[in-house]
Parts: sequence; structure tokens; C-alpha cells
Amino acid sequence: MSGHAHSHKRSGLWDWLTTVDHKKIGILYLIAGGFFFLIGGLEALLIRLQLIVPEADFVGAATFNELITMHGTTMIFLAVMPVIFALMNAIVPLQIGARDVAFPFVNALGFWLFFFGGVLLNTSWFLGGAPDAGWTSYTTLALKQYSGIGVDFYVLGLQIAGLGTLIGGINFLVTVINMRAPGMTFMRLPMFTWSAFVTSGLILFAFPAITVGLVLLMFERLFGANFFNPDAGGNVVIWEHIFWIFGHPEVYILILPAFGVISEVVSTFSKKRLFGYSSMVFATVMIGFLGFMVWAHHMFTTGLGPIANTLFGIATMLIAVPTGIKIFNWLFTMWGGQIRFTTANLFAVGFIPTFTIGGMTGVMLALPAADYQYHDSYFVVAHFHYVIVGGLVFGLFSGLYYWWPKMFGKMLNEKLGKWNFWTFFIGFHLTFFPQHFLGLMGMPRRVFTYLKNQDLDLGNFISSIGAIGMTIGTILFLANVVVAARSKKQAPADPWDARTLEWAIPSPAPEYNFAQTPLVRGLDALWVEKMAGNKGMTPAEPLGSIHMPSPSFLPFLMSIGLFIAGYGFIFEHHVFSVIGILIAFACMLMRSLKDDHGYHIEPDEIEEKGVKA
Amino acid sequence: MSADHTVNSVLPDEPEKATLEGKNKVLGFWLFLGGETILFGTLFATFIALRNQTNGGPTGHELFELPLTAAATVILLVSSMTSVMSVLAMHQHNLKKMQVWLTITAILGIAFLALEIYEFSHYVAEGHKMSSSAFGSAFYTLVGFHGGHVLFGVLWLITLQLQAIKKGLTVVTAPKFYVFSLYWHFVDLVWVFIFTVVYLMSIVGGKVG
Ligand code: HEM
Ligand SMILES: [Cu+2]
Repeated sequence: MSGHAHSHKRSGLWDWLTTVDHKKIGILYLIAGGFFFLIGGLEALLIRLQLIVPEADFVGAATFNELITMHGTTMIFLAVMPVIFALMNAIVPLQIGARDVAFPFVNALGFWLFFFGGVLLNTSWFLGGAPDAGWTSYTTLALKQYSGIGVDFYVLGLQIAGLGTLIGGINFLVTVINMRAPGMTFMRLPMFTWSAFVTSGLILFAFPAITVGLVLLMFERLFGANFFNPDAGGNVVIWEHIFWIFGHPEVYILILPAFGVISEVVSTFSKKRLFGYSSMVFATVMIGFLGFMVWAHHMFTTGLGPIANTLFGIATMLIAVPTGIKIFNWLFTMWGGQIRFTTANLFAVGFIPTFTIGGMTGVMLALPAADYQYHDSYFVVAHFHYVIVGGLVFGLFSGLYYWWPKMFGKMLNEKLGKWNFWTFFIGFHLTFFPQHFLGLMGMPRRVFTYLKNQDLDLGNFISSIGAIGMTIGTILFLANVVVAARSKKQAPADPWDARTLEWAIPSPAPEYNFAQTPLVRGLDALWVEKMAGNKGMTPAEPLGSIHMPSPSFLPFLMSIGLFIAGYGFIFEHHVFSVIGILIAFACMLMRSLKDDHGYHIEPDEIEEKGVKA
Repeated sequence: MSADHTVNSVLPDEPEKATLEGKNKVLGFWLFLGGETILFGTLFATFIALRNQTNGGPTGHELFELPLTAAATVILLVSSMTSVMSVLAMHQHNLKKMQVWLTITAILGIAFLALEIYEFSHYVAEGHKMSSSAFGSAFYTLVGFHGGHVLFGVLWLITLQLQAIKKGLTVVTAPKFYVFSLYWHFVDLVWVFIFTVVYLMSIVGGKVG
């Protein structure tokens, strides 16, 4: 049998293309998401360059529309979502004491679908022009009579990527429900896992809606359907509803994992258990639930009428309650704690006031009457960048600094990290704080320039300068990654004196995660053992042979199939559409017919690898 | 007989839930059906919003005929029952019987598809097309999505039959048969809603529903 175990050792590129190991998939998500983050960032820089002075003609109106569309779409779907998935993949199975996710194959498929969907979308720049109807793609801009081929790339790229996200969400739901170690009850789940769980639930119920929206838009643009064309009885508001029924839950899909990261980091670096754990869980579930009830706050000016606007306004303000619970819980966790300001914690502590400002402007926007003034102005741009960058991206940086040793076995440099934090933090506020006032003074969003001497010059100038600060911060992070990769020093298993299960195993986590499934005896499982004077977790099973799933090339191939089909649809060469879809189906068939027996890692191999059992 | 016997002695009572993989598969599939519910819900909402926007073309009241759609409904509901029978047979560890019921299910599915293709071609001849009106777009998308699900189900069933022949009933294949029947019930349930919302509401309710 042990000979059998070695037959699956693969190396280099082939290993990465075929891996079904959640930790490697996490790294793939991080690399791909990071890559798209850089592209989206570049687009943002070009936007700010165009707006640095009034009446500039740096990129021009048409390119500007493409830039804002691709910036928003790339950042939301291809940058922050994948980095969230990177952390979920790397950490959730470890936090619940599992050897793997529920569906390793589906997990890999989810990654490759997202990746090829993203690549497809981005090739639009070279193949006839990028989409230019905004990331929301309102059909008053996105129908064929108004917009070029770019929107076809949007429609197909996001369908493919969205499918990947959806199956990823299902995978994490089942993983958390079925794969928990003995003793790991729901009310002992670490907060990050809870938030990943609720986020996955939101994905499951939000993504099918956008998929339908995209299909309708695709049928309209490619097959002459008339959902949104008023001339043939269509209705443009239908798209708005469908988009936001997905779109609002989506913003909570994004922020909840950040809440989870902050909860872990604040608690670890205050050396206290999280204040109000059960109210945190309650707030997370509540936010997830309410997230589906408020979509029309994006449509206050559409004309749904005063009753609808009032109800949706009130429902929106309700979300501030569970959000407030969270903010106070973080503050009370820090209260009286032994706080260590590591980079991870700096980002977490920076998150709290920044996100609070974003939540505050959110409640301002939730007043329908006032929103008539704010809507489609830079005030909205300021709001959502405070919650998405000041909230989510700070949270992701925090999580990356915190879990880097567990993912890669190396520590990120703290000194560079602090520079990373301060440049990014100051740059962020310089960029987006003035945008509140630009909006209040009437600067509309998505317009490529503005007149001089309208009190908009200074704010825009400061905003563009701030973008440089965020750029420097990002470059410092990349530098830090290189420094860490070069350093010879191996990270210890538990560098932060932390509380949860993932720190009970070596850094980086071995391929089977836990040599023996741990027995969980309380919230903050590892801390419980530390307090009881134990060296590590108590095992729940004897040392034995560990079953692992086999790697597979099919997820990659299948995604390639849909990638080809995507081009077939876009350029209306349906031979390719058919070929691509057949490739995908053939892969499904092969997967279904051939049983995966996996392979085993034997106890002697586990000891060889130097794991103290 | 003897083959059946050996199967009986190894297989647990509910072979689909005997392994962790099986449990995961069944739960994951239930969740997937939750997502599918949103998918069809969105399509239904779109249809309801656009059902009277016929753009001067024929209305649902003029187009739809009860006998045809009622026949399709009966066929699909019976197929739901035959898929239950296949799971019952599986729980009795009776491979042959399960295969027979699955085959009947597939045949009924194909019959349904044939009716639907006939129906669509008939409508197109009367000027009711995807591109003729918002009503047409919404109709073909909703009903077509369902038809696509039936088609996928039939193809899937064929691959399952191949596995039933090749591998028989094991703790690996059992969850697949089980999950298929979940899928098939779901598709039938969606049809019940289509029959009501698309057809009955137009036939009974007339133009303004
Ligand atoms: C207390 C919490 C929040 C409230 C009350 C709130 C409220 C609102 C409202 C009313 C709008 C519509 C403004 C308009 O277009 O006129 C809006 C826009 C937006 N919000 Fe929030 N929000 C909250 C939190 C968040 C969070 C956590 C995120 C993301 C992580 C977020 C992301 C966005 C985005 C992306 C938009 C703009 C979408 C667009 O038009 O492109 N919001 N918010
Ligand atoms: Cu919203």
C-alpha cells in the first residue's frame, strides 16, 4: 500500500494544474485574485489620473467608461472574492479540524471556472473593447443598441466565473456542516468559519439570481430576446431588480468574511476570548438574513413609489443594529486586553473606525428622501469604498498577515508590514474622504471629467494623490511577499500564541492537515488545551492510514471547455460554442464513470515528515 | 439470485448515506436544489412581469391548449412516481428492478420532451417566438430552461444506467441514483408551477391574469 501512496506525487506545474488539495487551491486563489487585484488597481490609477485636474483629456470619455466598468467588475468578482476564497480554503478546514473539504474535485473546478471566466472577461481589452456599461450593467446602457461587444464579454465571463463561485459556496456549506471534528459544535466554530459559512449561504441564494440576469441579457444581445427592450414590451427595471437582488447580498458576501478575520485577529492580539461570541454569531446570521431584504435601496430613484422606498429604507437601517453589535464586541474584546500591535492587528484596528464611517454613510443613504440627493454622486463612491476597501481590503490584509505563516510556512516581515499599513491607510483616507464632499457638492459618479472652478478641483487633486499612497502600500506588500519567500527562517506552528485549531498543526499545514483528528473541548479549542497545560490537541483517533483524494486534470479541462464556448457565443461562431460545451460534458461524463479511489498516506510516512503525534 | 445475495450482505440499508462521501453528496445536492429554486424563482418573476407584453402577437390565452399541457403534466408526474419506485427498489437492494424503473423514467422524460418540441414548433408557426415580444422571450426562457433540465436529466440517467450495468449497486453508486431522483422530483415540481403559472393562468384567466 505504501508504494501506492507515492504513485500520486506530482511536481511543478502539473501538480498545480491538477491539485485538489484545499491548501494549494487557496494559494491558487490568492495568486489569481492578487493578479486581478493589480489589474483592477492599474485601472483605478488611470481613472484617478484622468480626474486629477479638471477638463483633462488623458484617456477620453469612451476609455474612461471602460475603465470604470472593468475596475468595478474586476475588483468585486475577480479580486476580492477570490482572495476571500483563498482564506476560506486555506483556513476553514483547519479551523474545524477536517482533513479536507467536502468536495475536493468541485473545489478545484470552482477555482478554474473563476479563473478562466476572469481571463475571458479581461481579454475583451484586446478583442474589440472592454465592457463600458458600468459594473451594474444597467440595460439602458448595456443593450446592443447602446454598447459594443464588451458587454458580451461581461455576460459570459461573469457566468463562467459565477458558476465557479456558486459551487465553491456549496462546497463550504457542506464542509462546515459535515466535516467538523468531534466536539466541534456549531457554537464552538471560530468566528471566521462562521462568517465563511454564512457567506457561503448568501452565495448559494444570491448567485443564481445574477446568473439568470446574465442569461437574460445574453439572450437579449445574442438571440434577439426582448426582456429589457421597451419597444417590444420589455422592461428595464427587471434588470435592476435582478441585479440588486444579487447585488446587495453580494456586498455582505464580501464583508462578512472580513468581519470574521477581524474577530479572530482582535481576539488573538488582545489575548482575550472574543467578547460576546454568541451575539457575534447571531449578528452574522442576522446580517445574512436581512441582506436579502434591502436590495431596493439601490433603486430609490427608480420610482418604485413612497411605500416601497420607505419599507426598504427601514429594512436597510435595521442592518445597522447587528453591525453595531459587532463593532461594540470588537471594542469590548480589546478593552482590558494585552494588545499587541502587529501588522495584522493594525489592519484590524484600522478597520474598525474606517468601516464604521462607511456604515454611517450607508445609513445616511438609506433615507430615501436624502438619497435623491446622494444617489449617483461621489458620495456613494465614497460610501462603498469605505466599506469595501476600508472594510474588506483591510480585513484581507489583516488576514493575510495573520495566516501567511500557516499558508506558506514563512512570516511576513513586520517592519515592512507596518510601512505597508500606514501608507495604505493614509493613502486610503486621502483618496476617499474628500469624495464624500465632492459628492455633496454635486459631482456625479461615472463622468469622465469636470469643469474647473466648481469647488471640485482640490478634492479631486487630493483624491488622486491619495491613490499614490495606496499604490505604495500595495507595492510594499508585494516586496514583503518576496522578502518572506527568500527568507530561510521557517515559521513556528503557533507564532502569535493564538487560540484556534489551525495553530495546533505545523506551518505550513501538512497535506493531510491533522495526523490525528483532534478532539475539541471548547470554544477556542487550542486555547482550552493551553490553559489545561497540554502541549497540543488531544487526538480523537489512533494514528492510522489517511485517505486522500486523487489529483485530477478534469477541472482544468472542463473550465477550458466553457472558456472556448464563451468565445463561441461572443463571436457567434456556434461551432465553438458546441465544441466547448461538449468538452465540458465529456469531462463530467469521465468524472462520473470513473470512480476515484484516492490513495493512502501511511503512519510511517506521517512520522517521516516529522509530525509530533 | 446469488449475485443479489452478495450485494445484500455488504450493502447497508440506506446505501446512499452509508459513507461520508455519500452524505456529503446528498446534502450538497439539496443545497444545489436550493440554488436552483432561486434560479427558477427569478425566471418565474420575470415571466409574471412580462406575461401580458405580447407586442401585438398572440397571447397565451390564444396559444395554449389544455389537453396538450395536461398530457405533459401527467407524463412528468408519473415519471416522478417511477423515480420514487427506483429508489424504493434501491433500498431493497434490487438492482434489476431499479434499472427497470429508471428506464421507464427515462422514456417518460423523452416523451415529455417530444411533446414540448412539438408544442414549441407549433407556437413558432403561429408567430410566437423568442424575438417576437417580451412575452415570447420570457415564455421560451422559463419553459425552455425547464425543458433543458429535463433533457439534462435524461442524459444523466443514461450515464447512470451505464454505471448500473458496469458497477452495480455499491456505496459509491447509490448516492448517485438517489441524488438523481431528488433532481427529477425537483424538475417535476417546477413543472407543476409552470403548468399553473404559465398555462392555467393564461387559459383560465384570459389576457389580463
Ligand atoms: C450599515 C450598512 C450599510 C448600509 C445602510 C448601506 C446602504 C447603502 C445604500 C442605501 C446604497 C445606495 C446608494 C445609492 O446608490 O444612492 C449603498 C450603495 C452601496 N453600498 Fe452600501 N450600505 C451598507 C453597507 C455596505 C457594505 C458592508 C458594503 C460592501 C462591503 C456596501 C457596498 C455598497 C456598494 C458597492 C454600493 C454602490 C453600488 C453601486 O451603485 O455601484 N455597503 N449602500
Ligand atoms: Cu445595498
